[in-house]
Amino acid sequence: MSATIAAEAPTPEEIVEWVTTCTTEVFQTMLGMEAQRGAHFVEDPGKGLTMGVIGIIGLVGEWTGTAVVSCSSPLACKIATTMMMEEYPSVTDEVLDAMAEMTNMIIGNLKNIMEGKLGLMGLSIPAVVFGRNFATRRSGKESWYVTQFLVDGERFDVQLCLAPTQSRLLKGSSAPRIMTLA
Amino acid sequence: MAMDVLIVDDSAAIRKILQRVLRQTEMPIGTIHEAGDGLEALALLEKQTVGLILSDINMPNMDGLEMLGKIKSNDAYKSVPVIMITTEGNQSKVMEAVSLGAAGYVRKPFTTEQIKEKLTGLL
Repeated sequence: MSATIAAEAPTPEEIVEWVTTCTTEVFQTMLGMEAQRGAHFVEDPGKGLTMGVIGIIGLVGEWTGTAVVSCSSPLACKIATTMMMEEYPSVTDEVLDAMAEMTNMIIGNLKNIMEGKLGLMGLSIPAVVFGRNFATRRSGKESWYVTQFLVDGERFDVQLCLAPTQSRLLKGSSAPRIMTLA
Repeated sequence: MAMDVLIVDDSAAIRKILQRVLRQTEMPIGTIHEAGDGLEALALLEKQTVGLILSDINMPNMDGLEMLGKIKSNDAYKSVPVIMITTEGNQSKVMEAVSLGAAGYVRKPFTTEQIKEKLTGLL
């Protein structure tokens, strides 16, 4: 089945709405936890995250991009503890695996929504990074759409960078419009 | 009589959650085996008899659809019901799973009740 391809690129508001729908649903259904949406904004490429637990997953299709899910170590431990009903006081392989699955479910469902507008997409297998005082860099020229959530008093961020592939550009579409969100 | 179950998912977290959910159903479930991908699952089926398989679709080495095709073309275990549990919402993949012989489909994130509902009638 081929998905409907929209003439227009997604607006930042649409991206925030889609990310919110997927994130709140995954927290509610899998963990019984509430993820309250906080600030959302657009950031330029350049310096990225420097600490915490970070899930990264690639998207590829007519539109291509990267999605990053991040939170503090204590929240990652809380997520794993709730998900697996076993106590994880510190970051272990199980905690990283739980964060990988959160990344997979949130971005997998985001992909399902986006496919209705942007065409079929594939997902990479998620990678998870954990540590502190490390440097990450967002390469390329595309903007990053950052949506912040508050979960159990801690920040949980979902970031998405999306751009049309070369073949898509030749068809006349454009990258998502860049604007600052209130 | 209790039935052995095989869970196939590359996420240890999901395998653990499904183990817990299966135990919570209070259905007659015996040993729960685990495999991290389709290849591991097929190797396990050579040695173990199971009455039900719960499987992810997107996995490394051998994905759930290829594994499903191999299971359904093998006389030794083609009658074993396979339920796909996945984030994959691509309807063509879901339809492919159904045409290959999947007994059901559950989308992640899932609730215990959704899993229970799919198992009712199979166990």
